[in-house]
Amino acid sequence: MKFTHKFIATAALSTLSSLAFAQAGETVKIVMIEAFSGLMAPVGNNQLKTYQFLAEKYNANNPAKVKFEIVSIDNKLSPAESLNALQSAIDQGARYVTQGNGSSVAGALIEAVNKHNDRNPGKEVVYLNYSAVDPDFTNSKCSFWHFRFDADTSMKIESMTTFMKDKTDIKKVYLLNQNYSHGHQVAKYAKENLARKRPDIQIVGEDLHPLAQVRDFSPYVAKIKASGADTVITGNWGSDLSLLVKAANEAGYTGKFYTYYTGVSGTPTALGKNGEGRVFQISYAHYNMGGKFQKWMEEFNTKFKDDMYTDSIDNIFNSLTLAMAKAKSTDPVKVAFALEGLKFQSFAGENEMRKTDHQLQQTMFMTVWQKVDKKYPYSAENTGMTLAPVQKFEPYVASTPTSCQMKRPG
Amino acid sequence: MEFFVISTLIGLSYGLLLFMLSSGLTLIFSMMGVLNFAHASFYMIGAYIGFTLNSVLGFWTALFLAPVLAGLFGAFFEKFCLRRVHKFGHVPELLITFGLSYVVLEIVQLVWGRTAVEFQPPMELQGPAFTLIQNSLSGLSLIWGAASPELCQVADTAVRVVCSPFPATRGFMMLVAISMMIGLWLLLTKTRVGLVIQAALTHPEMVESLGHNVPRVFMSVFGVGTALAGLAGVIGGSTFVTEPAMAATVGSVIFVVVVVGGMGSLAGAFLASLIIGIVQTFAVALDYSVLSLLQNIGISVGAASQDNALLKLTISQVAPILPYLFLVLILIFRPRGLLGKRET
Repeated sequence: MKFTHKFIATAALSTLSSLAFAQAGETVKIVMIEAFSGLMAPVGNNQLKTYQFLAEKYNANNPAKVKFEIVSIDNKLSPAESLNALQSAIDQGARYVTQGNGSSVAGALIEAVNKHNDRNPGKEVVYLNYSAVDPDFTNSKCSFWHFRFDADTSMKIESMTTFMKDKTDIKKVYLLNQNYSHGHQVAKYAKENLARKRPDIQIVGEDLHPLAQVRDFSPYVAKIKASGADTVITGNWGSDLSLLVKAANEAGYTGKFYTYYTGVSGTPTALGKNGEGRVFQISYAHYNMGGKFQKWMEEFNTKFKDDMYTDSIDNIFNSLTLAMAKAKSTDPVKVAFALEGLKFQSFAGENEMRKTDHQLQQTMFMTVWQKVDKKYPYSAENTGMTLAPVQKFEPYVASTPTSCQMKRPG
Repeated sequence: MEFFVISTLIGLSYGLLLFMLSSGLTLIFSMMGVLNFAHASFYMIGAYIGFTLNSVLGFWTALFLAPVLAGLFGAFFEKFCLRRVHKFGHVPELLITFGLSYVVLEIVQLVWGRTAVEFQPPMELQGPAFTLIQNSLSGLSLIWGAASPELCQVADTAVRVVCSPFPATRGFMMLVAISMMIGLWLLLTKTRVGLVIQAALTHPEMVESLGHNVPRVFMSVFGVGTALAGLAGVIGGSTFVTEPAMAATVGSVIFVVVVVGGMGSLAGAFLASLIIGIVQTFAVALDYSVLSLLQNIGISVGAASQDNALLKLTISQVAPILPYLFLVLILIFRPRGLLGKRET
């Protein structure tokens, strides 16, 4: 009798413990669909290195005791190619896909993932978005399968214009953006927010140019100069920003740039020592976050001679492993439910994956391009310059409402 | 005013770069009777070889050697590939150049990778060639090199001063293109070699029966044409971006130039290059749309049509398609091109 009791107790314990670590030791394959060729390739390549580097770090130690395997597929920045890439990811048995560059691509992926998951119950795929910032993805087009770890344009412009509100030297603003959903949204939100917070600011010009096509921005810069704009707001990224600042330098433009992506590959080098105090970036992170993450950035730099700037990927690993430990599974449906509403500590403070729309609620930083100093020592692309924070927005300040009507499975 | 001057110069420098490419293309067209689809690939080859030589031997050596290598490659291609398919007619000739453009693209991606390479212009060409200073009091003035900050900033806020530097790389681009143009013109019209080439283009049998080696003339024309493309590549690659898509980007535009200018006409190519360069630059600056035009001539537009995306399209938004629109219009209304002689 005594023996039986003991036996049952042990059996129960061992079942429990195996339940608790059902996911332990499993390998989670994340397929990264990104542009690895063309003008935007340096950005994608850098983010792939970031993924691989952080996967190594989290494989060594994470709360869910899982291992990550990163696979990359080139989508040439084309939505059509991305759908083929998604199919090939699914055929490889991947249940997690990730993408960030280009809201055009992200929009196509969200629809395709929705369709796939509707038609293939039991084989669902979760889409981890690290930088496509079209607000529609967490509003009208919101999806249970999509999680955004960057801050969307409504949050970025909200914080950016709150900072600009008190800058009385801003009188004439020019909006230069890429001609696709992301660029349209930046222009739209910038106009709305400025009209509300600084009605005296004049929008002296607005332009949309083809995405990743322009090799020479001189005509645009000549137009900006002629308009008399003292400030340019741009959501451009990759070559579209680096070539823009290159042309602006060559043309001797001395106005301010309010950007999303100054820290992204190519632009620090194109800026060089120019633009000190004139180039701003609104983002959820910056070069000098301190703590464990800072050490990783420095390690990344020594290893790859490159900057690690897509810090949202750290949030992905961080929250994903917590969610897997919480769900006690790597099954995408269970993990997605566990990820909803999850609160976790990131490099910037406490973050929350908002349950209603799957938009990460996080701290925002307004930073400015300046020389490195003791307080902000990280040298961007070895230029001797860095992005130093000038204003911090707590998550509740940066947060914007959502109109999402989420449909959940089951 | 300084906007107009600077934009014109930007447009002219881009147009002249296009001319460096299209002059070779149009010469080769007069000779072969078909377009060389791979012409822009030689532009890319020039840029990449220039990039590699630049890091080893310096820019000026690269500027000289890269076109020579591109030209040798072109001559080699003409002699061993193009000449062999010549007897099968125009379509195989067209196809072989088409195939070459893909081969070159893949080779470039294999050797130099799929991303852009860092091709910096030399120190001498970094910085402005001259600076235009527009002062609301003293008017427009010009200073060679960079202007000092004192000249561009005045304490008096009532005075508006705008400094517009013009990059030296672009000035150099214009200089090279113009000297190339003069050289080409002198070669074709003032020398014996030029006479033979001109004769061989129009009457190859006659020239051959007079004892000239016409295939060799064709080979050298092809070689020189591709060398010019290579030269444009070194300059264009260091001024803009050296990347695998550069051939495709410029390739479609130089076809437009050659067709608009008139197939086989050097003067036409020159004119069309400048027109396309200037149109593309200025189109960016024009914010007129059908809607604003209607409003300007006093036609009131309903609220629904004010939101119409098509009516709201500005010229600057459609700027990228303007050259191709131009191409279609020319083909409809003047198929032989602006200065072309033959009815093709």
